[in-house]
Amino acid sequence: MKREDIKVCVLRVGGTNCDAETKRSLEELSVQAEIVHVNELAKRRSLMEYNALVFPGGFSYGDYVRAGAIWAKWILAKLGKELKAFVEENRPILGICNGFQVLVEAGLLPGFEEISSYPEAALATNFPPGYNCRWVYIKHENNGKCIFTRKIPKEKVLRMPVAHSEGRFMFAKEKEKQCLERLYENDQLVFRYCDKNGEYGDGRFPANPNGSFHDIVGICNLEGTIFGLMPHPERSFYWWQQPDWTRQERMPQYGDGKLIFESLINYLEKKS
Amino acid sequence: MFASLLIKAFKSPEIQTYAMRYQLKIEVSLKPGHSDPEGETTARLLKELGYKVETVNVSKVYSIVLEAQSRKEAEMKAEEMCKKLLANPTKDNYSFVIEEEK
Repeated sequence: MKREDIKVCVLRVGGTNCDAETKRSLEELSVQAEIVHVNELAKRRSLMEYNALVFPGGFSYGDYVRAGAIWAKWILAKLGKELKAFVEENRPILGICNGFQVLVEAGLLPGFEEISSYPEAALATNFPPGYNCRWVYIKHENNGKCIFTRKIPKEKVLRMPVAHSEGRFMFAKEKEKQCLERLYENDQLVFRYCDKNGEYGDGRFPANPNGSFHDIVGICNLEGTIFGLMPHPERSFYWWQQPDWTRQERMPQYGDGKLIFESLINYLEKKS
Repeated sequence: MFASLLIKAFKSPEIQTYAMRYQLKIEVSLKPGHSDPEGETTARLLKELGYKVETVNVSKVYSIVLEAQSRKEAEMKAEEMCKKLLANPTKDNYSFVIEEEK
């Protein structure tokens, strides 16, 4: 597919944010991106018009019940069939921050047995408690399954900002070990929190900003086409989005977040 | 003809959905063993204030008024609501109390 023909849908609902940044990042890479309100999608449009779907960050429905829960169940109720068809055709879905919470609550991630009818993981309240907005380092762990990180060498350390209060990734306590093994076996683990030098956060603040289990930042599904992560690649797309960019020695045009969008577009270009 | 009309009347929703109102109190709490940063922070402050607090656990209570045909149906609906939306089985336990609304 030609790059100019690729159409990406950036979903919007009350409380989402960074949808504009996501659209701009995609457009900078010469693909078509459209911000679409979910009501519009349910009433007049179809998900199948798009080659990829992005659930942006934010605090959809005020984070009520649990972050992402209401939006996830809403989507399943109104657009469940379409979403299933979208997933079955292996069309990519990216969930950023609140979007990741939505994908987990909708049972799309980790998706050990395809789409699950209940969440198999959770993004619990941060430890240390409270909303946390900071730049973190994340290490790429994937061996090539995740289509959103194929342009990133394994073990490369990237820098991106997180901004959330419910980002502590966890599995059910009794299944923790088993689930982690499955993540590794299926190559579903994508990023882990680390420090500047690539040492894992080991659950400790500030390298691990939320107390996430096994320093998990983001995971993908069995096919590698659905990917969710807590940090914001669209807020680290340009080099100058970094708070200390003028003090750094190197001054390239783009930041690390670009690699995620680029990998997605490369995949779509190659896909028939 | 009359008989079929009668059957229709009995099947019509107005007659079928004669429902009771029930008050549900659904409590969603963290499963034991899961860390509860909100509870821990609250406990720390209560201790600072001089209370001999051992632990604090925070849970959410949803008060719901629901129409249902019977108590059994109300229970079923409550269970369904917890599974569908209110609790995430990875980390949450839930329990509920049902009372008929007077």
